[in-house]
Order: sequence, then C-alpha cells, then structure tokens
Amino acid sequence: MPEPAAGVIHDIGYQRYQGPRLGRGYAVRSLFTHSLRTAYGLGRSPKAKIFPWLVVGIVGTVAVVAIAVRAATGQVAVSYLALPDAVFPLLILFGAIIGPELFSRDLHSGVLPLYFSRPLRRSDYVLAKLAGLLSALWLLLAAPQFAMFLGAVFAVNGWSEVWDELGDFAQGLANAAIHAAVVGALALLISSLLRRRAVAAPLVVAAFLVTLPVVGLLQALGSEAVQQIAGLFSPGTLVLGVRAWLFGEPELPDYGGFEPLYGAVALGLVAACVGLALLRYRRVSA
Amino acid sequence: MRPVERPAYRDRVSLIATEALTMRYGGRVTALDELTVQVEPGVVGLVGANGAGKSTLIKILLGLLPPTSGTVRVLDLDPFRDGEQVRARVGYMPEHDCLPPDLIAAELVTHLARISGLPRTAARERASETLRHVGLYEERYRQVGGYSTGMRQRVKLAQALVHDPDLLLLDEPTNGLDPAGREAMLELIHRIGTEFGISIVVCSHLLGEVERICDGLVAIDAGKLLRADRISSMTGATGVLVVEVDEGVDELAEALAGLSPRRDGAALLVPVAGDDTYDQVLRAVAERDLPLHRLDQRHHRVAELFGAETGER
Repeated sequence: MPEPAAGVIHDIGYQRYQGPRLGRGYAVRSLFTHSLRTAYGLGRSPKAKIFPWLVVGIVGTVAVVAIAVRAATGQVAVSYLALPDAVFPLLILFGAIIGPELFSRDLHSGVLPLYFSRPLRRSDYVLAKLAGLLSALWLLLAAPQFAMFLGAVFAVNGWSEVWDELGDFAQGLANAAIHAAVVGALALLISSLLRRRAVAAPLVVAAFLVTLPVVGLLQALGSEAVQQIAGLFSPGTLVLGVRAWLFGEPELPDYGGFEPLYGAVALGLVAACVGLALLRYRRVSA
Repeated sequence: MRPVERPAYRDRVSLIATEALTMRYGGRVTALDELTVQVEPGVVGLVGANGAGKSTLIKILLGLLPPTSGTVRVLDLDPFRDGEQVRARVGYMPEHDCLPPDLIAAELVTHLARISGLPRTAARERASETLRHVGLYEERYRQVGGYSTGMRQRVKLAQALVHDPDLLLLDEPTNGLDPAGREAMLELIHRIGTEFGISIVVCSHLLGEVERICDGLVAIDAGKLLRADRISSMTGATGVLVVEVDEGVDELAEALAGLSPRRDGAALLVPVAGDDTYDQVLRAVAERDLPLHRLDQRHHRVAELFGAETGER
C-alpha cells in the first residue's frame, strides 16, 4: 500500500476496547479449539496438513473397506472394537507427530510467557492442550467408526438390530477413547520434556515399539501367569488387555483373571503421565 | 499532542505499589531486596543493569512468582491472589524471542487476544487494528518466521496491546534492533503512552534510551531501589563528563573539587552541574597545561549516575 493511504488509516486513531472480557473458562475453550485445529493442520500451512490428512485417509480407507465387505458379504470384517487395534500403529504415529507439534513446539519457540501472562493458569494450558490432543486422537478413530455405523444401519434389518448396532458402536467409541488416552498421555509427557519435535516424535514411537520385545520375551519364556500379565509392559498390549476387561470378547488372548489389573495399570499410566506433565509445567520458566 | 482520555484508575491510586518486596530464589540468591516503590500512571522506565532484578519484578507484577516477603499491588489488586484479573488488564512483552515461526502474525495475535478473553470477532478485529498501530498491515498475513527482528518485536508489542490493557509491561523492547529500529520502537512506545492513554513500564538497561520517552524513572540495582522520580526532577543531574589526562589526574581532581568529581581508573567523572561545567573543566586543564587525552559526555550508565546520587544523599 502506498504511504499516503497508510497515513489516512493512522488518523483513525486508537480505539479503546469497551466490549466484554470473557474469563478463564473461555480462554481454556479457545486454547482447546486452537489445539484441535492445529492437530489437523487447520489454519496452518498446506505442509502442516499433509501428514494428518494422510493418516485420516488411511484409517478412512480401512473403514470404507470394512463397510464394503459387510455390505457385500454380511460379514463383519473389522468390528468397532477392533478398529482402534487394527490401526494402532497409525494412531501411535499420529500421536507422535501432533503431541510434539502441540507441546514441544511451544517450548521451543518460547511462546509460553505469552500464555502465562494471560488469565490462563499453567495447569489450564496443559489440560486444554491435552484435551485437544486427546480429541484429535479420538476423532481419528471415532469418525471412521461413525462411518461404519452409518454403513451398518443401512445393512441391517429392523430397529432392534439398529439398536444392537448402536450398542456396539458406543462400545467402539469407548474403546477408541481408551486408546486415545494412553497414546495421548504418553505423547504429552514425552513432548513436554523435549523442546525439539524431531527428537520427541521418534521417542513417542519408541515408547511403544521398544517395549514390545519385553512383552514378547515374557510371553515366550515366562510361566502361564507371567504370560498373562506380560501385556502390561507395553502400551499397545496394555490397551488390548483393557479392551478384554471392559468388553470381554472371546477372540482376545486369555488374561486369566488379570484383566482388572490391566485397567488399573492403564489408568495409573495415564494419571502418572498427566501428573508429571503438570509438574513439569509448574517448573518451566515463563 | 492530542489530549488523552485517561482511564479511571489514573485518578485513584498508584499503578504499581510495592512495599519491602523481597524475592529470594532457593533461599540464597536475592533478586529483590526490600524494594519499596510507587509507580504513578504514565510512561515509566524501569532501569537497571542486567541481573538487577527487573525481570523478577515483572514476573511478580504479573503474578507468575509469589514474592518471598513484602506486598505488591498492581492496578490496586494483589497480582498473586487475583492473578487472573491482573493479567486480563495487563499486557506483557517478554524480552526474548517468543513467537512460533510457522504461524501467521494476524492469526497468532487473534489467538492470543482470545486467550485474553476477547470474543472471536472482537479478537480478530482488534488483532488487525493493533498490528496496524504497530506498523504491520500488509505484512500481517505472512508467517512470523519470515519477519525481520524489527517486525517480530512489533508483533510482540501487538500481542501485548491487543486486549487494550491498562498497563503494558515491556521487557527490553529495543533488544536486538538496529539504531533506526530502536528509534522507531521508542517512538511507538511513546505514542502508545501518550496518544493511546495506556500506562507503560519499560524495562531497559540503557538509561539514555528510556529517559527520552518516560515521564518517570525507577532505577534498581542488585534488587534494591536506587531512585524513583519524575524525569523532570532529574534533569540537570543526568550528565557525566569523562575527563582523561595523561598525567596530573590528582592535580586536576583537586582543581575541580567544587564539582565533586569521582575517580574511575585513569579517568575523572565530573557530574554536569550546568552549562558551564564544560568550560570549568577545560579551563582547569588549560591553566595547568595538562595533556588532555579525552573529554566527552558519557552515555549514562545507570549504576554510575544513580550510584553517585545515592552516595551523596
């Protein structure tokens, strides 16, 4: 714009803001929405959109195939409950990218003082961003599940079957939430400790992968009881145990009555990760 | 200058009031030591050397750190207990780089306006408005990462100003800027303080820089108050002449005893008492035929200037 025009604009002068000032709750909600949008690359550069939508595309394809198979054959190829485990590697990858995106990036750019000098509290910041992260992870699973549900509604006969389907769908959503919570909590803790996204992301993946051989070793060498609790030692097998405990599907491995332990460990893991992250942010300098 | 519509609190109380404010880190490092100061509305410079306690004071004013002892009031509120209310009415520009490089300036400022409590539409409008006021308009839809240091400083200022605070806390706003950039930033701060009617506390380790745009000065050193006053009452006492002679320093010091000079290594520091201080010094040097090496007005260094004054009191 040429200089004279800028001069004209200048003459309007400063206007004081007389409108409403919404409080802390509104700030938290705003940060939550912002985080959720950031996770899917909305309001950001096209480059930031590639990865999230690629993952969405793949998970979506799995759902579409499941819907098609069911429509064609009447067989349930992937149940609502099985979907989170079927696409679990993608969920981990998604968490490993967006966790550091939401937490490490803020640490790296030093933006935290700008948040902490506003009505928001430190714990509000962590919890709002965590909610964004968990919702993003959950939606990655819930949206395809919803598509599968819509597909099923047209495939089944009668309201009672739709009602059954709704029950299965709800269980699937709950299972998705558990998966999202475990992945999200670990991604939160690891990325809150590291300023560099390039370091945090592989470490999040490692938390899931490196622990897998432990489970394998225990299952190969241990006694029956050890084999039954071996799944506790890796997050990926842990959520499978929780699924067995809550929804009791026959085709899952035998946990010999240790299922509630899986639930307790999963809960403890999530609580510990969030608690430690909250402590971490109490100390981070503003 | 246009008349300013002053916010209501201007007539009421001090902007900032501390009493015996003390801050110790880990029980050993004392960042603030029994600091008692009142800051009146207007543009106030908070000056002190690096590590004098300026940033600690700012964090206490924002309610981000609880003081070890003493009391503090900001806009007549306790910043630690009523932190949210204080932070809703205060804008803070940090010293260090704090902008995510891959965000668009307008989006970042809008987002931060919402975190300050502005509804969505108002946040967007005020973000544009504020970026325009700090001199970024066409550029506001570009990513911050592509900005120059000067532009980034302006975005930092815009985010502090976007929610129309009653008080701006600016921590070393001219950091990293070239002379022209410093000039422009100081000019902008001055305008915000006078035309926008917003009170400002500017932290700086450069007294010469802030004294030009401030109504008042608060000088701290090692967490202690050196002096707090209106600029007007300090004029005439803000200059120091540095005199260096190759020999006969003691002789010259004796000759200038009436001007109460101080020794600083090989140099003599002579406070400028009036227009004729220069002449007096030159005459003293000429009369004794001393080899004059250097005679200039020193850039004010806080510790020196305020140190000398507190020493005399």
